[in-house]
Amino acid sequence: MERKLVKGNEAVAMGALDAGCRFYFGYPITPQNEIPEYLSRHLPKVGGTFIQAESEIASINMLLGAAAAGARAMTSSSSPGISLKQEGISYLAGSELPAVIVNMSRSSPGLGGISASQGDYWQAVKGGGHGDYHLIVLAPHSVQELYELTFRAFDFADRYRNPAMILGDAVLGQMKEPLRRVPPPRLDLPPKDWALTGCKGRSPNVIKSLYLGEGELEAHIWKLVKKYERMKNEIVLCEEVETEDADWVLVAFGTAARICRSVVRLARLEGLRVGLVRPITLFPFPEKILRRVSRTTGRFLVVELNAGQMVEDVRLSVEKDAEVFFYGRPCGAGSLPKPREILERLRALHNGIETIPPGEKRNGYETRI
Amino acid sequence: MKLVFDRPACLKPTEFSFCPGCHHGLIHRLVAEAIDVHGLREKTIGVASVGCSVFLYNYFDLDVVEAPHGRAPAVATGVKRVHPDKIVFAIQGDGDLAAIGTSEIIHTANRGENITIIFVNNTTYGMTGGQMAPTTLLGQVTTTSPYGRDFRQDGYPIRMAEMLATLEGSAYVCRVAVDKPANLMKAKRAIREAFRMQKEEMGFSFVEVLSACPTDWNLSPLEACKRVEEELIPYFPLGVFKERKVADHL
Repeated sequence: MERKLVKGNEAVAMGALDAGCRFYFGYPITPQNEIPEYLSRHLPKVGGTFIQAESEIASINMLLGAAAAGARAMTSSSSPGISLKQEGISYLAGSELPAVIVNMSRSSPGLGGISASQGDYWQAVKGGGHGDYHLIVLAPHSVQELYELTFRAFDFADRYRNPAMILGDAVLGQMKEPLRRVPPPRLDLPPKDWALTGCKGRSPNVIKSLYLGEGELEAHIWKLVKKYERMKNEIVLCEEVETEDADWVLVAFGTAARICRSVVRLARLEGLRVGLVRPITLFPFPEKILRRVSRTTGRFLVVELNAGQMVEDVRLSVEKDAEVFFYGRPCGAGSLPKPREILERLRALHNGIETIPPGEKRNGYETRI
Repeated sequence: MKLVFDRPACLKPTEFSFCPGCHHGLIHRLVAEAIDVHGLREKTIGVASVGCSVFLYNYFDLDVVEAPHGRAPAVATGVKRVHPDKIVFAIQGDGDLAAIGTSEIIHTANRGENITIIFVNNTTYGMTGGQMAPTTLLGQVTTTSPYGRDFRQDGYPIRMAEMLATLEGSAYVCRVAVDKPANLMKAKRAIREAFRMQKEEMGFSFVEVLSACPTDWNLSPLEACKRVEEELIPYFPLGVFKERKVADHL
């Protein structure tokens, strides 16, 4: 199979097309515009529908309608636009509708900037919209993975009747890498007998998230929670790089993980045994893998392109006596950490000269439990 | 003996839970009759909006999806694009359609989505207890306009049908009332016409129904009907504002 040089955003669009997504609803925002642009060209060729909606709110609700009608459908946006979609995302989760939402996130809060950031981790993983729910959250770190994980997101969403989010960023969306456009294996999926098709020859299907009867809503939420528990057992994806003999393990996802790969290589050249755990599913989070690694290593440095979000989940996952440090930079233009900078921090920690007084200004900060 | 009056096949054998004198039940019945008349029950998908209209699925024996507040036209767009051969409709109130969902209704009409929207305008937020709506008349006292709606503070009551009729995508736009038998019969014909338009792929169809909310208006059901005639209709005139004769695609 030949490889083609493809932009990250286009790889997302290709993954969606190959997964059988035939409905896309979106609204322009940088840095993800190549997704709607690509799909507006290619969806009509395969009998699909592309709608440029009047707003992010309209697009997420068109997605809700298409998902309820049983179709594979997607929307994409970037941080501020994803905030606007949160109401609809909560309804999708509450109504148990499978759909794919792509967040090629940018730096925030507010209008922020258009450079890469991982500041939306909490929003993606902890809810974002109102209520007790989770999305399936997938964090690709290469163009190949943007393609494959977008493809798989549709299967995951259908399997659990749950919305799935691709959490990328400006770097991943805008960079070009060689892509082998080979669809990953498909999952066996149950038929969508709940979908709305008109009630010909059957009793009507109702898709809703309103439960007013005594005890109804609680039962509904517990049903959702059971799904999340199943996800934790069935679809956790995580990559481990040289963790077996590591004195230090870096934990990072997406673009930060790409930088950390270089750190692992540089550190080992200097004789410092460093490994990397890269969560690919941010929900379900690779808790068990981190716990296992923490039994042999015990010292972690979590690296994020934010002021410290995933680090909380790492701390909750590892053994009690494991030490978890953090290094991150809330990214705007020019704030992407360099491998040398992370390595320097790691070496300082290793040599026991790690503490920075709280409040002192540096590039990036670290904390210690 | 010949049966001359029965429950429409589209309605479940259950009682409406709307307040006494509320016109919602009448409007539901007219919609159900229209779907039945055109023989569309098994190919119709309803969209429930937020407010008193959310209980659509309790009464209609149809496939239904529930939309967030104001978003029914966007949800209906998604459903219709997946199933262009099905009939898709929503019933929306004035808070839902004319306030929080103004953007969605305008752009759905403007795209000429081949769906039907029934707009229940009772000049108040019924479900939440009678707050001021965008359609609340000047001087009307509500729980959030306790001194009466004042245009200097709250602007003017909005006429949605007239506004939507200006859009090229709209195929059929009218306003009706159900306050007395003559108007009810006209409303019945209008709603049937709206569904016929959709069946024949003419584009976006919209029927605004002036509706009584005796509970939140603090009136008896009969007084409420009188208010529709004396106060609502003069400001919100009845009639057909747009009627496409030939579909654009023909």
